[in-house]
Amino acid sequence: MKLTPILVGAFTLALAASASAQTLTIATVNNGDMVRMQGLSSAFTEETGIELNWVVLEENTLRQNVTTDIATNGGQYDVMTIGTYEAPIWAKQGWLAPLDGLSADAAYDVDDILPAIRSGLSLDGKLYAAPFYGESSFIMYRKDLMEKAGLTMPEAPTWEFIGEAARAMTDRANDINGICLRGKAGWGENMAFLTAMSNSFGASWFDENWKPQFDQPEWKNTLDTYLSLMADAGPAGASSNGFNENLTLFQQGKCGMWIDATVAASFVTNAADSTVADQVGFALAPDNGLGKRGNWLWAWSLAIPASSQNAEAAEKFINWATNKDYLATVAAAEGWANVPPGTRTSLYENAEYQAAAPFAKMTLDSINSADPSAPSVKPVPYVGVQFVAIPEFAGIGTNVGQLFSAALAGQMSADDALAQAQEATTRDMTRAGYIK
Amino acid sequence: MARNVSVQTRIGFTIAAWAIALLLFSPILWVLLTAFKTEAEAIASSPTFFPQTFTLENFGAVQDRSDYFKHAFNSIVVSVGSTLLGLIIGIPAAWAMAFAPTKRTKDVLMWMLSTKMMPAVGVLIPIYLIFRDLRLLDTLQGLTIIMTLINLPIIIWMLYTYFKEIPVDILEAARMDGAELWNEIVHVLVPMAVPGIASTLLLNVILAWNEAFWTITLTSGRAGTLTAFISSFSSPQGLFLAKLSAASLLAIAPILLMGWFSQKQLVRGLTFGAVK
Repeated sequence: MKLTPILVGAFTLALAASASAQTLTIATVNNGDMVRMQGLSSAFTEETGIELNWVVLEENTLRQNVTTDIATNGGQYDVMTIGTYEAPIWAKQGWLAPLDGLSADAAYDVDDILPAIRSGLSLDGKLYAAPFYGESSFIMYRKDLMEKAGLTMPEAPTWEFIGEAARAMTDRANDINGICLRGKAGWGENMAFLTAMSNSFGASWFDENWKPQFDQPEWKNTLDTYLSLMADAGPAGASSNGFNENLTLFQQGKCGMWIDATVAASFVTNAADSTVADQVGFALAPDNGLGKRGNWLWAWSLAIPASSQNAEAAEKFINWATNKDYLATVAAAEGWANVPPGTRTSLYENAEYQAAAPFAKMTLDSINSADPSAPSVKPVPYVGVQFVAIPEFAGIGTNVGQLFSAALAGQMSADDALAQAQEATTRDMTRAGYIK
Repeated sequence: MARNVSVQTRIGFTIAAWAIALLLFSPILWVLLTAFKTEAEAIASSPTFFPQTFTLENFGAVQDRSDYFKHAFNSIVVSVGSTLLGLIIGIPAAWAMAFAPTKRTKDVLMWMLSTKMMPAVGVLIPIYLIFRDLRLLDTLQGLTIIMTLINLPIIIWMLYTYFKEIPVDILEAARMDGAELWNEIVHVLVPMAVPGIASTLLLNVILAWNEAFWTITLTSGRAGTLTAFISSFSSPQGLFLAKLSAASLLAIAPILLMGWFSQKQLVRGLTFGAVK
């Protein structure tokens, strides 16, 4: 049979290929800024001779893969893309190599990294991941609909104003929803939004003794406000809406306001995809006058697993991808509006960037107003604005997210959702040893 | 004897069959149509059926960002390699169970099948550690071995069912004529079971081609198959629906064509032994 030698040949060839020269293996997420970095990375290879092997994965798949690899000391990756949730936990476990070389490099200028972001990626003063792009959340709104409703958006609105504006902008006959918010269950989905929102209502996940706080009036106030806002002014089927679904609705002109990641600003103002590109205004996330705003803080960052055999080359790559020159490289290739935002002070002092990105100042103000070490009005034992930086949070956050999503879908009342969240979280935290 | 079926009943059944077939095919059709739309049209809240602006740019963008041919090559090596390896192990195993059963044969068969009942993630950490120590992570050898292992119970079960249909007298006659065990299997049993072996082969190639959990978890670029290729175009932040559809279409096209051309063999094999 002629097929056999072909298959044997192909298999041998594949085995030979799999044993080829060493390169840096980089695991990253599939989003615009990362894809752009991949496109520009041939310059790094030309400069240093180091080959790059890219593994681009969807966020949840990436998280599962890199967590498995790093927890088992697998050594598959030399550079990992991680967020502000993983960085402090993994650094504490000894899974990440400290980026001492970057901190010592004067040209890299580690002091230029935005303080809030740097603190989120450090442990005991040592930097363990270098931010590639940072984001907060803010309000994106339709200036034309706001004007039609006879209202003016303040630069720093309250939740009361947002409620009033959302209801006034809603026009069910024309399929316009006053506000679009996340409803899809998940610790990084609806709970990112609701945890950040709860901070501005004075709520928190735990008190100083790790006792869950869902039985407190602040959480009830948060959830009641969210549910009534979505019932009066939100889109149908909101319990399955995440970032992409709301982005689509906003771009199609179906939302008066949308509170979500600052990175969305470049999407909704891009005339190629957005039908409302020239009508978008920005404002800080709402507050309740308690000293905390409902905005989050996140940074996709590059880190080196302690198991990497190529740590030196990996640090060289991280330096290339996160230094000031990289921003200039992107600007030269694709314009200042496409530069990865939210990592460096110098970018926000750059007049060209300010001119190209009308949302620049608002993004910076949002990032600066988030404080991961003191996220809530009351003192808390954890760090993290829209998450709690403990390993158990991904599971607990998703459980609670499912309850709140069910409440949004009308499958249970707010009181039931809060009572069940309190019970389940208390049980999990007791099992994990936080509650004695 | 053929049953008398009225024209109306026949028309009714035909319409129902077409409706079910179209329903099953509709996701693939939607992927096919979306792959040729622009990103803006792909996410439009009033969806269009046919592309208003027919474009091939998604396919170009997909190939620019990720090497389709490398991933396709890996998929072929892993799916064909693991199926052949599975058949090499499965044919003698199924022969033993079909023609030389013991009182524990049924238990062994059930035990083998029970390994398929555990969710893959349940054995992720041990498999990952074994692969790490044997340096099999991100290698085609490693993927071929894991695909063989996870599909072996299905291969043995299918072959066992087909072999049971073959009269044992024929094998005994071959033995009477002096055939050794090897000759009995290769020259008597296998030619008689070709439809069954062919459908086992086809089904396992398809299963290995579409397997996503292990191929994504155990690879980091070099040995990535087409499932890892598709996964790289999915994103929770940003719109890549048209590109994702183009990537999916490219990934399923080879196996879809293979299934199309071999459907007669596949159906014949799958129904082999169903009617006594």
